[in-house]
Amino acid sequence: MTDVSATPAPAATSERPRGRSFGKIALRWLLYIVLGLFALYYLMPLFVMLTTSLKSLEEIRTGDLLSLPRELTFDAWRTAWSEACTGIQCEGVKPYFWNSVMLAVPAVLISTLLGAMNGYVIAQWRFPGANIIFALMLFGCFIPFQVVLLPMARMLGLMGIAGTIPGLIFVHVIYGLGFTTLFFRNYYVTIPVELVKAAKVDGAGFVRIFFAIFLPLSIPIIVVSVIWQFTQIWNDFLFGVSFSQAGTQPVTVALNNIVNSTTGVKEYNVDMAAAIIAALPTLLVYIVAGKYFIRGLTAGSVKG
Amino acid sequence: MAPILEINNLYKNYGATEVLKDINVSIDKGEFLVLVGPSGCGKSTLLNCIAGLEPISGGTLRIDGHDMTHVSPKDRDIAMVFQSYALYPTMSVAKNITFGMKVRGVDPETQKSKLAEVARQLQIEPFLNRRPGQLSGGQRQRVAMGRALVRDPKLFLFDEPLSNLDAKLRVEMRTEIKTLHHKLGASMVYVTHDQIEAMTLATKIVVMKGGIIQQIGSPSEIYNRPANLFVADFMGSPAMNLIPAKTQTGSGGTMIEIQRPDLEPIRLTDPRARGLPEDIILGLRPEDISEPGFRVGELVQEAPCKVEIVEPAGADTYVQTRLGGKPLTARLHSETEAAPGTVHNLAFDLAKVSYFEPESGKRIN
Repeated sequence: MTDVSATPAPAATSERPRGRSFGKIALRWLLYIVLGLFALYYLMPLFVMLTTSLKSLEEIRTGDLLSLPRELTFDAWRTAWSEACTGIQCEGVKPYFWNSVMLAVPAVLISTLLGAMNGYVIAQWRFPGANIIFALMLFGCFIPFQVVLLPMARMLGLMGIAGTIPGLIFVHVIYGLGFTTLFFRNYYVTIPVELVKAAKVDGAGFVRIFFAIFLPLSIPIIVVSVIWQFTQIWNDFLFGVSFSQAGTQPVTVALNNIVNSTTGVKEYNVDMAAAIIAALPTLLVYIVAGKYFIRGLTAGSVKG
Repeated sequence: MAPILEINNLYKNYGATEVLKDINVSIDKGEFLVLVGPSGCGKSTLLNCIAGLEPISGGTLRIDGHDMTHVSPKDRDIAMVFQSYALYPTMSVAKNITFGMKVRGVDPETQKSKLAEVARQLQIEPFLNRRPGQLSGGQRQRVAMGRALVRDPKLFLFDEPLSNLDAKLRVEMRTEIKTLHHKLGASMVYVTHDQIEAMTLATKIVVMKGGIIQQIGSPSEIYNRPANLFVADFMGSPAMNLIPAKTQTGSGGTMIEIQRPDLEPIRLTDPRARGLPEDIILGLRPEDISEPGFRVGELVQEAPCKVEIVEPAGADTYVQTRLGGKPLTARLHSETEAAPGTVHNLAFDLAKVSYFEPESGKRIN
């Protein structure tokens, strides 16, 4: 669109920008094509899982791995949910799924709340040695799971909660505290200390300042903490398999048992369906709150 | 009646570093005390000690006659306004103002009527339901003031409340704070690094440096009779001229001789001064050096000076020359004919002169 009233530009000069813009558009297309290919490559496993879970065993055996199901059947999903055998029991993943929910929800909430309080103290109520304590808590983030297995097992035994869901909650809260404290501490450090001073002059105490002023400020970082913790705890296998008994196992352990304990024919469609079921909640959490995740991680100062 | 604030021999240490040394100040009801000094002089720390946000390391601190050493901020009957305003970001303006009353369990009816009163006083009624983030700097400042006013405290504390505002708004808010002080008759302690703010607002100024009080006095005392070279240099803009000189006591008083590079020395006579040491530093405000004929008095003496720089500032014109190895600023009227490079007669009025001892920097007249 050239300005009509302007003096007509010589042909040579108007030619060049057009040529350049063509190159630009071509480049843009190339970019999208490459990105599309990458996306396809990454989505392929999910596609195979989904289609396989919707095929019958017969079709899996005879058909192509990448082809769409000829006949949609949800039998595998039903089997995976409530009939598949984990060892000697054949109840599907359903009971274990609820185990995971009952373990993940309290563990996420408790570790987030405690992390928020830790961060609040370390960032806003400086005390001698605060930096050392924070450094030690950070160190906790980097201890490999395997190292704590034995001491933790002994500890749970002494506390009388070995092999129970509260025991697993306890383990996950302890292990998550390092991360949640880090999140909240870094978030609260950006809040001016004068806010606490003003609240003190107004007569509010430690707890009141936290709940009335700091917690309402923390929505973005709470979302980050919840997504992070939920993903960690839901997907955990090692603690789940080490510290649970029959009846308290989380869904990840059950999935492993289903896949490993098939007798006779390998039911790929059931395995796939069970795996998708086990992965759904973390996907869901990310889809619902994902945009806050990025925003919270990059959130700088809180402008008053 | 006991002073509203009385500080005796107050010390404050952070570990081994002393940040406040032997502070003694007291103010009566209705006074406006300004703590002024360069950054790092301890003025904000002193304010935090008064508020109870920092424990004191020694001495006593009384508010309205009661010892405050172990009293928490909320029980000191004070209100504080902060530089960053420190408004609660997630609460509306109204909730910000009533938060303190809510914490103290004031009944909702009283909260409502007090809020309405303060909102009217500060003209913030239109945005009572907004969040602080939706307000301009000046509006936030008003809300912060509202939060303090609503308490009706014995003592108001201000920590550089105008530093974050632009120049025009700062002057407006300064006037408003002064008006408020008159209207309420309240006692206030105000921290600033801006000496003009200190002069315009205070009934009493405390000048601090390095955790030590340099001088306490009314604005005119501080301005006209600075206790030492630091105060003389810090208060006033442009700063007081501080010129090294030699003295000689004669029959007609003290003769003061000031060397200069390209002209013969200036000789001034001060009949009032007695027993000055041989080496002194002479302090004269720019407005005490003027065009001949504009000041009359026994102590006005003229001398030709070489003009180096002429700075018209609208109402006045500042002229710089060089005396005793130091630049000297004179404040002339705006139609002066002084031009750079020419020799111009200047009239020195010794009526308000200050003499300082070069070694200790202390005032000696």
